[in-house]
Amino acid sequence: MNAVDPVTMWIIIVGLALGSYVLRFVFLGLVGDRPMPHWLLRHLRYTAVAILPALIAPLVVWPTATGGQPDIPRMAAAAVALMAGLITKNVLAAIFSGAATLYALLYLLG
Amino acid sequence: MADTTSKSYYWKGFRDGTPFIFVAIPFGTLFGVFATETGLTIIQTMAFTATVFAGAAQFAALQLLQDNAPTLIILASALAVNLRMAMYSASLTPYLGAAPLWQRAIGAYLVVDQSYASCMVRFEKEPNMTVPQRMAYFFGSVSPITPLWILSTYLGAVLGTRIPESWALDFALPITFLAMIGPMMRTLPHVVAALVAITVSLLTVAVPYNLGLLVAGCTGMMAGAQAELWLERRKVTS
Repeated sequence: MNAVDPVTMWIIIVGLALGSYVLRFVFLGLVGDRPMPHWLLRHLRYTAVAILPALIAPLVVWPTATGGQPDIPRMAAAAVALMAGLITKNVLAAIFSGAATLYALLYLLG
Repeated sequence: MADTTSKSYYWKGFRDGTPFIFVAIPFGTLFGVFATETGLTIIQTMAFTATVFAGAAQFAALQLLQDNAPTLIILASALAVNLRMAMYSASLTPYLGAAPLWQRAIGAYLVVDQSYASCMVRFEKEPNMTVPQRMAYFFGSVSPITPLWILSTYLGAVLGTRIPESWALDFALPITFLAMIGPMMRTLPHVVAALVAITVSLLTVAVPYNLGLLVAGCTGMMAGAQAELWLERRKVTS
C-alpha cells in the first residue's frame, strides 16, 4: 500500500470540503433573489452536459481497469446506457440496461 | 416545515429519491475501495466522503493524488469537477432562494446530482408549490441516499480489495453518468456542448494533471452558449 503524506491529504480534504460548500452555497445562499447576468447563466446552463461527458469519455475509451486497453464490454455498456437514457429519459432504466450489458458481455467474452 | 403538506412533500421527495440508492451504494463502495488503495486511512476516507459529499470530485482528487499531481492542481481540478454544483445552486435559487438562511445553508451541503435532478422535475411539474413545500421535497429527495452513501463508503474502505474485480465496479461511475447525460440532452445546444466537450477531452487526454478536463469543460460550455445564441438569432431573423 502506498503511503499518503497526512498533511497533504488533510489539506486536500479540508480544501475540497470548503471549496465544494462555497460552490454550492454561492448562488443559493448569497445571490438569493437577485438577478444574475445573462451571459453567465447561458454558460452555466451547459456546465453539466460539458463537464460530465468530458470526465467520463476517456474512462470509456481507455478504462483504468483494463490498464487503458479499449474494452468491448465497457464500450458496449457505455453505448447502451447512453442510448437507453436518450430514448427512455429514465436514469434507472439506463443504469440497469448499461449494467446488464456490461455483465452479459463480460460473462460471454470473459 | 412541520405542517402536514410540507410533511407529505418530504415523503414525496423521499420516494422520488429512493431509486438513486442503486447509484449511491456501488459508487460509495467503489470510493471506499479506491481510497483504501490510494493509501487513505479510514478516518481520512470517512472525513472526505462526509464533508465533500460529491463522488466525482472525490474520485478525481484521488486519481490525481495517485498521479502525484501538486496539491494546488488537485484542488483546482476536483473543484472544477464540482463547478456543476454552482450551476445547480444557481438553478435552484429561483425556487428556494426565499427560504430561511439556515435552511439554505444546510440545503447547500446537500446539493448533489440526484437531489437536483429530482427537484427540477418536480418543481417544473408543480409550479404552485410553496417555498416550505419545495424545501421539504428537497430534503426528502436526499434522505435515502445520504446515509447509504456514507455507509457504503465505509464498507468499501473496510472490505477494500476483497471485492472481486469481476464485479467491474470501476464502471459504475461511467454508466451512472452516461445514464444521467441521456435525459439531459434536451436541446440542440446541450448536444453541441456535450459533443464538443467529449472531443476536446479525448484530444487533451495527454495533458498532465487532468487539466484537459478544465479545457474540455470550458470549451463545451462556450460551444453550448454559442449554439444557443445562434439558434436565437435564427429565430429572430426568420
